[in-house]
Amino acid sequence: MTATSRPSAERPISPVGERQVAIRTKVTVSIDGTDVSVLEGQTVLDACTAAGVDTPTICYGPTVTPVNACRVCVVEVEGSRTLVPSCSRPAEEGMVVTTDSDKVMHSRKMVLEFLGTSSDVSQADDIMGWIDDYDADLGRYDEATTQRMTDEVKIEDDLYIRAYDRCVLCYKCVEACGEDAQWTFAIAMSGRGFDSRISTEFGVTLPDSACVYCGNCVAVCPTNALQFKTEFDLRKMADWRPEDQTITQTVCSYCGVGCNLDLHVQDNAIVKVTSPSDHSITHGNLCVKGRFGYQYVQNRPSA
Amino acid sequence: MFGAGGGTVSYEEIETTDLIIMWGSNAREAHPIFFHHALAGIRNGAKMISVDPRRSQTAKFADLWLGLNVGTDIALANGVGRYILDHDLQNDDFIAHSTQGIDAYRDSLEEWTLARTAEVTGLPEYAIAELAEAYATAESAQICWTLGITEHHTGAENVMALCNLALLTGHVGRYGSGLVPVRGQNNVQGGGDMGALPNKLTGFQDIEDDEIRAKFEAAWECTIPAKPGKHLTLMFEAMETGELTTIFCIGENPADSEADINHARKLLEGLDMLVVQDIFLTRTAELADVVLPASAGWAETEGTVTNSERRVQRSRKALDPPGEAKDDLEIINLIAERMAPGWGNPTAEEMWDELRTVSPMHGGMSWERLEEHGGLQWPCPTLDHPGTLFLHGWLWADDLEGREPAPFTVNVWRPHVDLIDEDFPLLMTTGRVLDSYNTGVQSDGYNSPIRSGEALDMNPDDAAVLGVSTGSRVEVSSRRATIDMTIRVQPDLPVGLTFTTYHFPDTTDTNQLTIEAWDKKSGTAEFKATAINVRPKVEASNNA
Repeated sequence: MTATSRPSAERPISPVGERQVAIRTKVTVSIDGTDVSVLEGQTVLDACTAAGVDTPTICYGPTVTPVNACRVCVVEVEGSRTLVPSCSRPAEEGMVVTTDSDKVMHSRKMVLEFLGTSSDVSQADDIMGWIDDYDADLGRYDEATTQRMTDEVKIEDDLYIRAYDRCVLCYKCVEACGEDAQWTFAIAMSGRGFDSRISTEFGVTLPDSACVYCGNCVAVCPTNALQFKTEFDLRKMADWRPEDQTITQTVCSYCGVGCNLDLHVQDNAIVKVTSPSDHSITHGNLCVKGRFGYQYVQNRPSA
Repeated sequence: MFGAGGGTVSYEEIETTDLIIMWGSNAREAHPIFFHHALAGIRNGAKMISVDPRRSQTAKFADLWLGLNVGTDIALANGVGRYILDHDLQNDDFIAHSTQGIDAYRDSLEEWTLARTAEVTGLPEYAIAELAEAYATAESAQICWTLGITEHHTGAENVMALCNLALLTGHVGRYGSGLVPVRGQNNVQGGGDMGALPNKLTGFQDIEDDEIRAKFEAAWECTIPAKPGKHLTLMFEAMETGELTTIFCIGENPADSEADINHARKLLEGLDMLVVQDIFLTRTAELADVVLPASAGWAETEGTVTNSERRVQRSRKALDPPGEAKDDLEIINLIAERMAPGWGNPTAEEMWDELRTVSPMHGGMSWERLEEHGGLQWPCPTLDHPGTLFLHGWLWADDLEGREPAPFTVNVWRPHVDLIDEDFPLLMTTGRVLDSYNTGVQSDGYNSPIRSGEALDMNPDDAAVLGVSTGSRVEVSSRRATIDMTIRVQPDLPVGLTFTTYHFPDTTDTNQLTIEAWDKKSGTAEFKATAINVRPKVEASNNA
């Protein structure tokens, strides 16, 4: 180095001309008495899935780093003093995992009761299903002594709304806005205890915040606390009919990156745009044009 | 690039590369999901260098920003080339084995000492040196560019100057390293693939090659002209001379998008016959003798598009088109049926299968495989071929797979055409912003909360000299026209340079200002450099 003053970070040197392929060994764990093998670095949740065991998850998602906030995926690991979150715990050779013990069932049931009592989870289909499965009783706690999220819906633009009375503080939106995808950092957790809320900087409105309206937070929200305005408006008119919707995968009409779009169509109108989380181009993420820029094909003169 | 018109790498490769150079690309705003891959690369430890006159949203993620003078890309590339050779940082083995013409290239760099490069580009010498050293010493490196490179009257040479750097260092043809032109429109790559280029038949096959032409003539049972056709800019020249009198325009809005737009509109109005096939009554359609209402390809029809990593993907019909609008393919079939009865109405898949018989690079891409794999990357010649992750691996083969070594080119820096002077003391460059797109035909359809509307972005010092601030209405003149605009003070621009978009032609007709100067090789106009004069508008007096 001659004319530069910047030190360059030492990095491992990759073999020239060859694709780097990490060599990974497999580990075998026991899930409810069944041995399954997963790659080193995969999680207990991956092992449960490999063993065919369904595990509820809320703060986990295939494209975001779980922050272990929800605790609904906990399992029992032999030798561990407490229950462990399966979504973040790496599988280790010889691990003995129990997913259906009384302790696990009881813990999951309580988590669901706590979340369902403090927030409105009625539009979270997965969570409502688990509430049934685990026999959780949302009326168990006395209303007089229970606090609920009662936030007014924030409607600040035509693209998406924030209904924090539905928020379970899973952090997925924060992760998607931050280092897991978008690197915009428009939102973060604010407040302490029951006053904790996902918030823009100083609580300013979305249009005044750093938000760039990619909608990647909306895409990962598990409770509909973040909701596309189209869906919100249709629900308000009692006209949101998922059973009548088709989902068609196509390619975005804007720039040349070629993002895959899943067009959710109801009555010959696009009502929601998502992207498959397992596609190599988008990993479920879109920009404002791909997510919201479809309107031009249906700004039709009303009959 | 060495014969094939496509990006050499796949998006995934930027996630593990060591150095990302964004040269004339504001991918953060113009290609946000491609930039996600670059961000993953940065998170994995890659260094990023941004070369852009503006300190763009992309530059803000960079380790180093080189804010060069507009239109000095060849000077910088040549300066970097000379620095690499002067400091013996080039890849001698690669140059000897895989390239030709190094001597002429080396001689052409004589002028481009660090001092001269710094003088022309306006960059500090250490920054030029750091770019050269970072690129030459990286294990793997990519140069990504967009219209900041191509929308100049030297656009093709700008690209070739960057290719030289890849040949000098061997940063092409292997995993993680490459040359990455990120495409601006969803199927501009696919249009080229299909042969919508004046000098190519389907699959980038040369129209002047007798054997190729004979193959197509046999398949299509017709005679194909042996000479290349005209690209858009040449078409406008031919309209001027009266050689071209009829235009069939499909899905393009040249009456808003061309440079020196008043002149272009006059030529379109002077045609004997203009047919426009579009989903909207665009300004071009308003000039047409016949308008054929089409449906939106990406949501109302079946087909394929090709993206910037050469991935051919299926687009599908999700909506019924409105009214009498028809699939583009059906419209063309109906016209063809009139011209040649018996043509029929082949479907998108039938057309695709016909294409596969004449375009070797698409041969293995059956409809089923495109569905199954979520798209395939060309070349993919046979049904058992997995598609191609990166191009030009042959450069590293012992026998170059029988090909000619890749040629260095000599590229002479010439300043942009529309120079500043006392009457037009500021330079204006154009580009895209995050939430809008081209002439706004599509992006005007949704209500973006972050849309700033038309504005002329200007450095605070220039604004102070003119006595204007954000929101001030001004009169902006170029050597061709005068329009009204609104100022937005923007410290990310250097002194002397202003920036605007052409997303809002109905309110701010930016292309009245731009110059028709264009690149002889690519036909691309110099949208990136217009000399302007800005005068504050006198406020209307309040005497009502």
